[in-house]
Amino acid sequence: MKKKNPILRTRLPTLPPAARSRVALGLTAAAALGRFELQQCGDCGTVQYPPREACQNCLSTKIFWKPQPGEAELLASTVLHHSNDLFFRERLPWRLGLARLACGPTVVAHLHAGVQNAPARIRVTARLDRAGQAVLVGLPDKENVNMAEDRQLREFSCDPKHRKVLVTDGKSSLGQALVKALAAAGADLIWVGHAEPWKRFPGFDELQKLPQVTLVPLDVTDSRNVRELAAEVGAKVDILVSNAEIHRTHGIASRQGVETARAEMDVNYFGLLRLAQEFGPAMRARGADGLASAVAWVNLLSIYALANFPPHGTFSASKAAAQSLAQCLRAEMRPAGVRVVNVFPGPIDDEWNQLLAPPKLAPAALASAIVSALREGVEDLYPGDVAQEWLERWRDNPKALERELSS
Amino acid sequence: MRQPYDGVVLAAPVTVPYVRYSIRSAHWWLATAFSSLLERSRLKKEQIDGLTVSSFTLAPDTAIGFTQHIGLSPRWLDHVPLGGASGVVALRRAARAVQAGDAEVVACLAGDTNHVDSFRLTLANFSQFARDAVYPYGAGGPNASFAFLTAHYMQRYGAKREDFGRLCVAQRSNALRNAHALFKRELSLEEYLRARPIAEPLHLFDCVMPCAGAEAFLVTSEDRARSVKLPFARLLGTIERHNAFSADPVQLRAGWALDRDELYAQAGCSPRDIDFVQAYDDYPVITLLQLEDLGFCGKGEGPSFVREHRFTWDGDFPLNTSGGQLSAGQAGAAGGFLGMVEAIRQLTAEASGRQVPDAKIGLVSGFGMINYDRGLGSGAAILAAGQ
Repeated sequence: MKKKNPILRTRLPTLPPAARSRVALGLTAAAALGRFELQQCGDCGTVQYPPREACQNCLSTKIFWKPQPGEAELLASTVLHHSNDLFFRERLPWRLGLARLACGPTVVAHLHAGVQNAPARIRVTARLDRAGQAVLVGLPDKENVNMAEDRQLREFSCDPKHRKVLVTDGKSSLGQALVKALAAAGADLIWVGHAEPWKRFPGFDELQKLPQVTLVPLDVTDSRNVRELAAEVGAKVDILVSNAEIHRTHGIASRQGVETARAEMDVNYFGLLRLAQEFGPAMRARGADGLASAVAWVNLLSIYALANFPPHGTFSASKAAAQSLAQCLRAEMRPAGVRVVNVFPGPIDDEWNQLLAPPKLAPAALASAIVSALREGVEDLYPGDVAQEWLERWRDNPKALERELSS
Repeated sequence: MRQPYDGVVLAAPVTVPYVRYSIRSAHWWLATAFSSLLERSRLKKEQIDGLTVSSFTLAPDTAIGFTQHIGLSPRWLDHVPLGGASGVVALRRAARAVQAGDAEVVACLAGDTNHVDSFRLTLANFSQFARDAVYPYGAGGPNASFAFLTAHYMQRYGAKREDFGRLCVAQRSNALRNAHALFKRELSLEEYLRARPIAEPLHLFDCVMPCAGAEAFLVTSEDRARSVKLPFARLLGTIERHNAFSADPVQLRAGWALDRDELYAQAGCSPRDIDFVQAYDDYPVITLLQLEDLGFCGKGEGPSFVREHRFTWDGDFPLNTSGGQLSAGQAGAAGGFLGMVEAIRQLTAEASGRQVPDAKIGLVSGFGMINYDRGLGSGAAILAAGQ
């Protein structure tokens, strides 16, 4: 890729209009999980949009966000050549459609370039935009729609294609799977951290053979090391994957002292904080830096961040702390349009979960889920069956999940 | 059964000349309109006992706060925040107040200011649905919404850009005879077609220009108007309707189509008897919907109707004789009063230079509030010359 002219001013990030009413955030809550949900009346079944506080048909206030099929008929489209908003002014012309969903409502949606002019069958779904708010997009009515190559929809995704990525730990099986998945997804350059550069970890040679990969010394518990790496590559990182973690299998009573728990916190929580302090500012400044701008920050958390799993009690606590910090990071990155993707896997099939019965998540499956989440604009990823089931349990009744995990 | 509007008249058409941008607030424009009404009618402030106010930019105030600004103590007051439907609706409210004796003389005011950045802010916060489900999509404002309606209408009924162009060109020709109109240059069809795209298929001359300005008129009884020797127009009939045809997937008709039979029955006339029409024209496609829904031609026949008629003040179908908003400018809520004020002028023979010959009956139509994907409010009134 061509080098940037340092004399030219870097384009500053702007965001599409972010204001929404509280009731409209239901669309955002679902889109953050990669779901397309609209309000549906619990009494008469009417599906409605835009979001309302009562059913427009029967006036019931028992309305729920329910997954909807996206089949729709495009009624009309327009191409904007004028906009009152800075974000869109910089991206004109911009194509929009008016579509009627098979489930009822008429909606305004951003259109994929592959959508024919009206009348046409399209598929409507919800995506998070650069402001982190959900918007509706109209896609061609077929499988495997390429979002990365679409000029408008690329604005809503964080596709690794053509981008530079830092994976903070290449030693773990997940880290290695991630590097391979990102390379396969078309990442331009991948910096891979290893905390003990004097050692060759298993898989080291295989990673180094990938033409995109540069191995860099990175110990997230060492503030100076993190600062030095940020000074070197921080202004080029488009996607940062914070995956270094320490995972020990202790509750409270099974071990004396706080050293192990402190080590977990030092990597899982303070490691994230160090990375965020050193890499965050440069990424924030590059939120609109051309086609390959800074777009995403991925945090490897754990489903145990939602509710403590007592056999891995201190690890759960460190991930809960990291999740809270990640919310703070998300708020601080949002003005730049940089998306913070939090990943909540169930047990990964690695050495620290040796004693856990399956199902466990294969590192390659998790890596591919993370790449998909980046492509499809998912903000909270619960990959695999275990995480999905725990999420449903937690949303249904958090107290019940606490009891189930402790039994 | 609707009660008739016997004895209700409209008088004192007032326009506060428009400007593109103003550093004044909406209060200034409304107060100036009010004082022009007094000057025009030679009534004293104390003799105005009813007031309606329509404005987008008066916030945080409403009509009641404005009474204190102008030192008025009305015994009847209404705030009519209905955009393009404000003129007809304000008239309807005021007419009933006068008939019931709740007020003797009602001043109907509409006005808005336009600061350099106020239009953008109005758009961003126009409605909850607009903020949640329209503005984040390119922030094109009403241009985008009307582009959808126009595109769909063109595809469904075979309208061409030239058809809309004919309306715009005729209105510009009318505007050249209206000293208040902001556009002072002739517009040719070629120029219309060559204009830059704004939101396809809409191009520059399909879109109104936001500006600052105010319009106003008085509603009173015929006896009261005569007692102060004010020329007047009579109210023969009027309708309003909101959120009509909400199950239509896209707007191709509005409330007029539901109520027009009652309108003509109440007025005791038919579309053939109408000498001129003042239609709401924020975009030309809406004018076509009104011509169809108000019975001047059938649904979908707008394009051929446009090709068969001449719409200048001296044409066979005088339409928007002031130039309409497309050529006079859109002064916010005053845009909803423009046609009403022009109709009173035509019926009191005050439309110098563009006077429709022998104008006896005129129809005024209003349309307003793109809350989400369509205009919600519609209304119409049929007025007759007083003498």
